[in-house]
Amino acid sequence: MLNHYETTFILNPVLSEDQTKEVVGKIKDLLTNGGAKILNEEQWGLRKLAYPIKGKTMGFYIVLQFDAEPTMVNTLETAYRRDERVIRFLTFRLDKYAFEYAEKRRNKFSAPAEQKAEVVEEEVVVEPEENKED
Amino acid sequence: MAQEQEIRYLTPKAAENRKKKYCRFKKSGIKYIDYKDPEFLKKFLNEQGKILPRRLTGTSLKYQRKVAQAVKRARHLALLPYVTDMMK
Repeated sequence: MLNHYETTFILNPVLSEDQTKEVVGKIKDLLTNGGAKILNEEQWGLRKLAYPIKGKTMGFYIVLQFDAEPTMVNTLETAYRRDERVIRFLTFRLDKYAFEYAEKRRNKFSAPAEQKAEVVEEEVVVEPEENKED
Repeated sequence: MAQEQEIRYLTPKAAENRKKKYCRFKKSGIKYIDYKDPEFLKKFLNEQGKILPRRLTGTSLKYQRKVAQAVKRARHLALLPYVTDMMK
């Protein structure tokens, strides 16, 4: 029986870009090899933590949404625990409302993201002008 | 006599003026509360980062539970602090 899951994990901010990519790739491979289907991936990049974890004040956030067998979660969390580069993780099952929400979010972020990319840049340019007028 | 009547009248009147609280999730049809949006969740916290009671926010029991869960998930992922001061 397949369930919908969402997992968020925080990586050590000290890692280089390649190392970060490697960890993300490793986790994604683990999921896909275990028969899971990754529906969405979000990388928030470096973000300030609300409180220090293992002496770190920043963290690299990654959110994955996937469909998998329930046993997959244990495998995934074991992998998180074994990997010292992952400083915090959260995995939970999405109920139907959460799934609807995630789907909306996915459509909002993924499909229009490429089209919006230009628009966003324009907005950034416009904003300082508005501030000057104020 | 006149004074007594005034006192009796003033107390319930103040209560009548109070705005009725409502559950914002029921009103706007929100079914799932996202832990990934700490700015929104801050509406349900006091300045020490504690979850506000239902009697203050007006949230219905069903959604108060979901708010609590979302806040706890956000805290675990360091999106919200467990303890703080002067958050707002």
